[in-house]
Amino acid sequence: MNHLTRAGRVFNAFNAGFLLLLALLCLFPLVNVLAVSLSSSSAAGAGLVTLWPVDFTLQSYEFVLNKPEFLRALLISVERLLLGTAINMLLTITLAYPLSKEPAAFKGRTVYVWFFVVTILVGGGLIPWYLIIQKLGLLGSIWALVLPGAVNVFNAVLLLNFYRGLPRELEEAAFVDGAGHWRILWSIYVPLSMPAIATLILFSMVGHWNSWFDGLILMNSPSEYPLQSYLQTVVINRDLTLVTMSDAATLAAVSDRTLKGAQIFLAALPIICVYPFLQRFFIKGIVVGSVKE
Amino acid sequence: MFSAKARRQLPLHLMVLPSLVLVLIFSYGPIGGLVIAFQKFSIIKGILDSPFNGLDNFRYMLQLPEIGTVVRNTLVIACMKIVAGLAVPIVVSLLLNELRLQLFKRWIQTMIYLPHFLSWIILGGILIDILSPSQGIINQLLGAFGIEPVFFLGDARWFPAVVVVSDVWKEFGFSTIVYLAALAGINPALYEAAVIDGANRWKQTLHITLPGMIPVIVLLATLSLGNVLNAGFDQIFNLYSPVVYETGDIIDTLVYRIGLEQAQYSLATAVGLMKSIVSVILISVSYYLAYRLANYRIF
Repeated sequence: MNHLTRAGRVFNAFNAGFLLLLALLCLFPLVNVLAVSLSSSSAAGAGLVTLWPVDFTLQSYEFVLNKPEFLRALLISVERLLLGTAINMLLTITLAYPLSKEPAAFKGRTVYVWFFVVTILVGGGLIPWYLIIQKLGLLGSIWALVLPGAVNVFNAVLLLNFYRGLPRELEEAAFVDGAGHWRILWSIYVPLSMPAIATLILFSMVGHWNSWFDGLILMNSPSEYPLQSYLQTVVINRDLTLVTMSDAATLAAVSDRTLKGAQIFLAALPIICVYPFLQRFFIKGIVVGSVKE
Repeated sequence: MFSAKARRQLPLHLMVLPSLVLVLIFSYGPIGGLVIAFQKFSIIKGILDSPFNGLDNFRYMLQLPEIGTVVRNTLVIACMKIVAGLAVPIVVSLLLNELRLQLFKRWIQTMIYLPHFLSWIILGGILIDILSPSQGIINQLLGAFGIEPVFFLGDARWFPAVVVVSDVWKEFGFSTIVYLAALAGINPALYEAAVIDGANRWKQTLHITLPGMIPVIVLLATLSLGNVLNAGFDQIFNLYSPVVYETGDIIDTLVYRIGLEQAQYSLATAVGLMKSIVSVILISVSYYLAYRLANYRIF
């Protein structure tokens, strides 16, 4: 493998360079906004910031982290994430177990599988979904953010495929020793499926952290918004019809830009910390779990 | 009353039960709620007492002035996304596959995966900042070359391009996973044999690597057929504004505005239902094709 031709070495260098450039280009927008958020408002307003903060200051972060609205939204997001992930995982673990059985060992398995899989293909759409949640009186409650998406059929399918990869003999031995299904699930299946479960936990957490639309339409007032929905209103929602090209510079209060940057970066930070682990996990967990014989 | 076998299976039914109830309420409930597409629904009377009006909502839907534009925009944006979303990851995975330093390769992968995990709120906020005509870095850079500032998000001519490019930015890295997995599955003996037969790297790519990827490419291409009506609500909702409705408004955003902003529940449901019916047909066809062409089954 080492006797590369000259052309081969040139290609390798170009290829590595190109991919590095591409990867940096991917991160460039984020780094730029981070640099803006760490710059003084005048430098940001003058458009002097590219990759490195100009007149470094933490003022924007100080301001955001002392803003009661931001902190309240953050708290709601954390609450939602913990409650939502716990419910997600409990349901996924218990649903995947019976569905992983052969139809002979669990009568009705096929019917159940179809019952759940159909919901991947068809849905009622936005309005009936909203009306049901309204009818149940969940609007404005944290349960509205947690219950409608509590059953993730995709995750259950991934986990059930993982369960199926476990040696059947373990279960049979446990049966002989008098263990019931619940015992087998919690004492054998769950501990052995930890790589897959850990992956699903992280995915569920990322999903809850990133959700914004349900908060936006199911909460009654901005004071009940989780972080991403709150950011939707302060960072995204602006009416471009009111802004002409020449106004844009004067209208946008200069410090507003650094504040938005700080809020964007703070909301992205947990994901940036967590996702490299996800990457390691999903190669082990998901890919292995999704292999079918 | 129950046989011993049935009693042994009782816990299994109990395990399904909580999920079953939740899915019944939150997935099948809305499916039942689709009847309001055939009603003159009012929130006070509720689903049970609202009068039926046949296909009136669908007739009215066809008369909406924006319906043609919205369907066209949806198709155009979705198709461009499908093509770009297939092509870019294929090329990048081929290039990644040629990298010899594994550590370097892993670093590149980690970097290009990041945008996939960030929400469209965060990416939208970033795009709004960097694309701003007055202060954004993109227009600063264009200015350095003497190009007039472009209002990317406020110009109907630019909007679809911004949507497609930013979607590629978010997803191309993550999409390479599937292709790299396929490439990892290629038997190394094939390459060794090719080297002995005197094939250079380009020939190896052409005759071993690419054919090895074909099944996955065919599979993903057919499955993406189910997405031609999904132009990406999350993304467009966070980037668009009335000035770009002409090229940027899609079916899903129209449903949102009619339904939740104007509270015309029946009309919005009718529009959504039409989209769902076409989507289900497309998805069924794509699964059938995937089964025939790539021997793919969900289970």
